[in-house]
Amino acid sequence: MRYLFKTRYEQDIALARHSGDVFWYGLLLIVLLFIPGVLGEFYVGELGGLFIFAIVGVALMILTGYTGLVSLGHAAFLGIGAYTNAVLLAHGVPFLVSLTCAGLLTAIAGVAIGVPTLRMTGFYLAIATLAFGAILANVFQKWTAVTGGFDGFAVPTPSIFGLRIEGATGIYYVSLAVLIFVMWLTFNILRSPMGRAMVAIRDSEISAQSMGINLALYKTISFAISAGMTGLAGALFAHYVRFLAPDAFDILLSIQFLTIVFVGGLGSIRGAILGAAFVRLLPQAIAIVRDDLPFGIGRMPGLEPSLFGLILVLVILFEPGGINGRWLKLKQWFQEVPLHRAVSFRRQKSYARSERLR
Amino acid sequence: MSYFQAQEIAIQFGGIRAVDNVTFDVQQGEVFAIIGPNGAGKTTIFNLISRIYAPTAGKLVFDGEDITTIAPHRIAGLGIARTFQNIELFANASVLQNLLIGRHCHSRVGWMSQLAFLPSARRAEIAHREKVEDVIDFLELQRYRDALIANLPYGVRKIVELGRALCTEPKLLLLDEPSSGLNVEETEVMGFWIEDIKKDLGITVIMVEHDMSLVSAVSDRVMALNYGKVLALGTPPEVQGDPEVIRAYIGGDP
Ligand SMILES: Nc1ncnc2c1ncn2[C@@H]1O[C@H](COP(=O)(O)OP(=O)(O)O)[C@@H](O)[C@H]1O
Ligand SMILES: [Mg+2]
Repeated sequence: MRYLFKTRYEQDIALARHSGDVFWYGLLLIVLLFIPGVLGEFYVGELGGLFIFAIVGVALMILTGYTGLVSLGHAAFLGIGAYTNAVLLAHGVPFLVSLTCAGLLTAIAGVAIGVPTLRMTGFYLAIATLAFGAILANVFQKWTAVTGGFDGFAVPTPSIFGLRIEGATGIYYVSLAVLIFVMWLTFNILRSPMGRAMVAIRDSEISAQSMGINLALYKTISFAISAGMTGLAGALFAHYVRFLAPDAFDILLSIQFLTIVFVGGLGSIRGAILGAAFVRLLPQAIAIVRDDLPFGIGRMPGLEPSLFGLILVLVILFEPGGINGRWLKLKQWFQEVPLHRAVSFRRQKSYARSERLR
Repeated sequence: MSYFQAQEIAIQFGGIRAVDNVTFDVQQGEVFAIIGPNGAGKTTIFNLISRIYAPTAGKLVFDGEDITTIAPHRIAGLGIARTFQNIELFANASVLQNLLIGRHCHSRVGWMSQLAFLPSARRAEIAHREKVEDVIDFLELQRYRDALIANLPYGVRKIVELGRALCTEPKLLLLDEPSSGLNVEETEVMGFWIEDIKKDLGITVIMVEHDMSLVSAVSDRVMALNYGKVLALGTPPEVQGDPEVIRAYIGGDP
């Protein structure tokens, strides 16, 4: 077991809690940097896709996991980012500029959906964002002059300072860089008044307000940041798929994004990454076992979406901490074995006295 | 002029006059208690002062400023903090985070500096942390610093909520039933905290309380309320001896 003795306040706001963290995350980064040289094109491409989903996961974690606001509109935000980037590139705008514009424009779209829904939570907010997504999906289809409609839109190859970002490897590195940037921003938010305000709104709006937190302002900020980050992911997604079709940004994709944060574990950045890995790997796993399943289940249409829905429900019911919660328990077990107590790992229900008094 | 004044404030919910023409004033540095049976309108008065509800009539004045129509999130910045009857802590955050949220009304760092966590943001965080540590020392919460609220016993949560209110560096503190859910010893300790808050920190306190021993022990003046109306106002012995008050507590309509 590792005991941490803190001697300075800086230790509580540092990004890495101790030297062990620095070592393992540094090692992980080095491995990630070398992967394209080792693994084949297919795996590098898949990992690039994972990074893009992880960016969305982190973005949605800010909104849902930390501010407590559900969104079924994030596929639309991804679409706005993707089309903005692709259209600007086609007009000869440099990639770094079009990427930034994709993020900013989507952040504005986030404000546009955040402000009218300020008083909504839970189910109502989910429906409102769903409607917003449906409207935008229509815009992507019908605004053919810009998006090309169902004919699709061929995304130009980007370049940074004359260096063409081509193939799976190019997308891999750019996505990794954006993911690290987005995670850095998120950790900064979480250790600042802004992030604490979000957590406060999630846990109790009424006392957040009486602590001086402007609910409308911080909910809007949360929407803007979450949407903006998703817009960045959208820009990269355009290059990942290379050809934009309006029906790519539908409700099923939004459900996949929600699955990332719920399965990964609400209120944890690590959870967002693990959830993204899960959501990207599940279709692969289905593809592998598909032909071996009995009764032709594997050839049933809608197998994948139903499985996503089923897993979402099961996780919410049986492991609210998600993969991250499971991981924390496993880590504790390894640290304590053989002194562990079985009861530490059983799910506990604790009733506060205030709840009993009501 | 008084430090805090409520002038003929009133609010109705449907047909119920929850608070009906209530007038009182609080002097700087005193502990002012509000008592009354359940449903008398005590919590509603707090909700009016915190601007969660807007009064249908009347005026609220704090430190010479009319706060009747101010935005609810600006109340903390003016120096009015509160606790809640049923504890409204941020349950999935640590004690430290809860207390730091209490510092929110004092944060001046721009959002760009926060996003990049510039040195100015870092310095501000350290300064907030020092203030929070003062409160932790004052309320002896050291060993709960990193504990999650959801894992804390009820009595400790009450102290943490008090601490969170103190972190806003209030001038006026509203305590809604500070002793509810506490046992006899815990209630006594709570009384000591309230006295220290008044004497050492010089904070003016308005508290809603049922426990008459606590009220007599710490409060300078008491206001008794029933059906949203003021029954009596005076020193604790005066109010306790008031025939109207006795009738309201024993039962029957006034
Ligand atoms: N938001 C509300 N909506 C409707 N009725 C309310 C509301 N808040 C309080 N009331 C009513 O106002 C009266 C006073 O309530 P309250 O101030 O909570 O009493 P207490 O003195 O026990 O704190 C009660 O009859 C209560 O039902
Ligand atoms: Mg009450």
